[in-house]
Amino acid sequence: MGSYIVKRILLTIPLLIIISFITFVLINLSPLDPAVVVLQAQEVPQITDELIAQTNEALGFDQPFMIQYANWIMAVLQLDFGNSYVSGEPVWSLMGPAFMNTLKLTLVSSVFIIALSILLGVICAMREGKLLDRSVRGISFFLTAMPSYWLAAIMIWYFSVKLDLLPTSGMDSYRSYILPVIVITVSYTGIYFRTVRSSMLSNMNEDYVLYARASGLSEKKVTLHILKNSLQVAVSIFCMAIPIVLGSTVVIENVFAWPGLGRLSVKSILSRDFPIIQAYVLMLAVTFVLFNTLSDIINAAMNPRLRKEF
Amino acid sequence: MRILKNLSKDKLAMTSLVVIIVMIIAGIFAPLIAPHDPGQVNMKLRYASSSWDYLLGNDHLGRCVLSRLIYGIRPSVLWVLVALSLSVLIGAIVGFIAGYFKGKVDAWIMRVCDIMLSFPGYVMTLAVVGILGAGLENILIAFVWMKWAWFARVIRTSVMQFSDMDYVKFAKASGTPNLRIITKHIVPVTFADIAVIASGSMCSMMLQISGLSFLGLGIQAPHAEWGMMLNEAREVMFSRPELMLAPGLAIVVVVSAFNFLSDALQVALDPKLMTSQGKSDKSYESEVRKPAYEYSRG
Amino acid sequence: MNIVEVEHLKVWDTNTGKVIIHNSSFEVKQGSCMAIVGESGSGKSVTCRAIMRLNKPWIRQSGTMLFQGEDLNQLSEPEMRRKRGKHLCMILQNGMSAFDPSCVIGVHIRETLQQHFGWNTRVIEQKIIHAMESVMLRHPREILNQYPHQLSGGMLQRIMIALALVLEPDLIIADEPTTALDTISQYEVVEQLIQLRERMGCSMMFISHDLGVVQKIADDVMVMKDGEIVERGSMHSVLTEPKHAYTQYLVSTRLELSNHFKALMQGES
Repeated sequence: MGSYIVKRILLTIPLLIIISFITFVLINLSPLDPAVVVLQAQEVPQITDELIAQTNEALGFDQPFMIQYANWIMAVLQLDFGNSYVSGEPVWSLMGPAFMNTLKLTLVSSVFIIALSILLGVICAMREGKLLDRSVRGISFFLTAMPSYWLAAIMIWYFSVKLDLLPTSGMDSYRSYILPVIVITVSYTGIYFRTVRSSMLSNMNEDYVLYARASGLSEKKVTLHILKNSLQVAVSIFCMAIPIVLGSTVVIENVFAWPGLGRLSVKSILSRDFPIIQAYVLMLAVTFVLFNTLSDIINAAMNPRLRKEF
Repeated sequence: MRILKNLSKDKLAMTSLVVIIVMIIAGIFAPLIAPHDPGQVNMKLRYASSSWDYLLGNDHLGRCVLSRLIYGIRPSVLWVLVALSLSVLIGAIVGFIAGYFKGKVDAWIMRVCDIMLSFPGYVMTLAVVGILGAGLENILIAFVWMKWAWFARVIRTSVMQFSDMDYVKFAKASGTPNLRIITKHIVPVTFADIAVIASGSMCSMMLQISGLSFLGLGIQAPHAEWGMMLNEAREVMFSRPELMLAPGLAIVVVVSAFNFLSDALQVALDPKLMTSQGKSDKSYESEVRKPAYEYSRG
Repeated sequence: MNIVEVEHLKVWDTNTGKVIIHNSSFEVKQGSCMAIVGESGSGKSVTCRAIMRLNKPWIRQSGTMLFQGEDLNQLSEPEMRRKRGKHLCMILQNGMSAFDPSCVIGVHIRETLQQHFGWNTRVIEQKIIHAMESVMLRHPREILNQYPHQLSGGMLQRIMIALALVLEPDLIIADEPTTALDTISQYEVVEQLIQLRERMGCSMMFISHDLGVVQKIADDVMVMKDGEIVERGSMHSVLTEPKHAYTQYLVSTRLELSNHFKALMQGES
């Protein structure tokens, strides 16, 4: 088991390097000259050629590509993502707190998503075909078809405006968590509970359940065995849910004016603030890879057959 | 065609299919169907509620909501379908090559796919939009760029499953050229899996694109698009909440339709495909057994 | 004395309405081995699962199934559960899928024996290791700590037989135990089952489609086709003088194979 973990972690290193390279290249794919972008972001009224040349020299854009990349990587490893084109502040000072805020929202939502998915998945699998199962599935169909911002708008309108119970936006108290968490949970539980449910159903039809019952084991013990096998599949999927929710809070944060990464990234996109976009992509891609690795390790720990892969 | 017959037994799936086809036709023939010009501003009719002339009322610039909804089918549904088809096509070609030829080709292609897939989709889309600028074409380019790897992976698994089957080995052994084997034997059977995945991803793609338009990163004003209509309606959400109803419901209906269709396709294709393999084996067996069994008496 | 008496057993699928077993009646004599022969889909496994009441929930059954005088169909679920394992034991076809893939073998053995006898771990280990040694499994202690996918089909079959040895049931239902094995393992497993019967004196129902295996172990045989029993009787009479056309066909094809084999062997020597 230990050797599997080490090998798996070692595999991620080249992946991370490639990702950082692609992220760096991405920015340079812009059709515009980077200096022009900087000057435009700073809203300089007249962009002359010598201004462009000056900016290029100042920001190091005239150096060979690989050297730029090397400099960038060294800086990134010390958490220095450069400065924002618009405000000139260091990127990390803007992103750090935003990341924390988004992380809080993500973690709270993830807990609810996982708990609710498992609960609903298990209950629906055990009552397969009956009214409860069919109604839960029907409702979840419609809920996942709803754009999350639409649901969010409806809820804000109803709870904040009409009933005046909860704040409409911002991140002030624990009460401001309620609506965003509900919207995120509703959007994602509908998808994940189906995975748990189908995993349980396929396990309930397996031979080992037959043999366990034929040996006279109590229903409680049999159900525990089924749960153990079903949740194995679910665990790795839930592990990936966290980074997915992390990246997808963009829209929700905009609707609820949550001071997180989502809002920051949209603002930077609209103002072409490349360093922030770059840092955003890199951070989320790295998080994604790390959670992917974690989910593989957990999978191997629970399912001994997978350890043979190496 | 057996697929269509099986599908027709499921009323929900047929309804969804009809809804989708009607939507597509309405979108293509929008100029003929829409009652008014979607871009026609009429400040006297701002926020008017529904009337006989304007069935769904008017928005904050006095434009006809219904016409905007119909014209909005084009970017929200039709263009997404185009992007999806393109993505599936690229993914399918790559997947077929990887799954059929296996070995080193497969290993390299899968490496590339793994790298593409380690970027969270939404984030990359935002990045591409950020670099290239806002606009519908850029979003669609971003989507095709992100999704092809996933399709390639899934199709490759499906192809590997089928290319291991005996009839393919037989065709190979009898010297049929590879391209012919792929097109004649493997494509028809994997088509089922592809249809299921494609219709499933249609839902998430539609939701994501409308989300991006909602943020203002998608199609630009004054074009009509459902996500953008919701963005405009959101400004006046507290005073005129009814403007959010129509485009939101439209999205829900179409996405649900694709959802039901995808589920129904999966049910219609998977167990039927699997058991029809098994069932046809058994019926074949009993048909051979019967005459032999009759003969053994005498 | 009959250990099992089944009368007018009818099994049908409530989802499709299809009748799987039409009207079966048969007996199994105490201490004897009844073989159920037929091709796939004839209803052999369904009949045996019906006796244990382990068919899927949408499959219903009716009729009387007397086991040691009690009608199993009338028992409540907890009462039936007490009978399973201790009085009625099942050996499945595919050993690899019979055990929970996420647990080591020892877990299932421990849970089963604890459920029925309430022994502590040490006693359980002692008993099962003794049983595993008598079915010719070497290094039983290591085997108990291994996962199902690490063991071969033959070994897993013998573990199931060892568990049956410890449970000492009155009836063992073996559902095609040799079908998934190679010839050598088949021989070993059949040997073990014969010895099991001799040692415990239990009755057995042996399902198979292989006449060669069946004639070695069984006393009586029941031929099934499409959910009906087409012929019944002692092994000797059914094989030498089959009355139904289908049985004749089965016997003749089997003979054809073994005759050819014998001729080959005799020709060589």
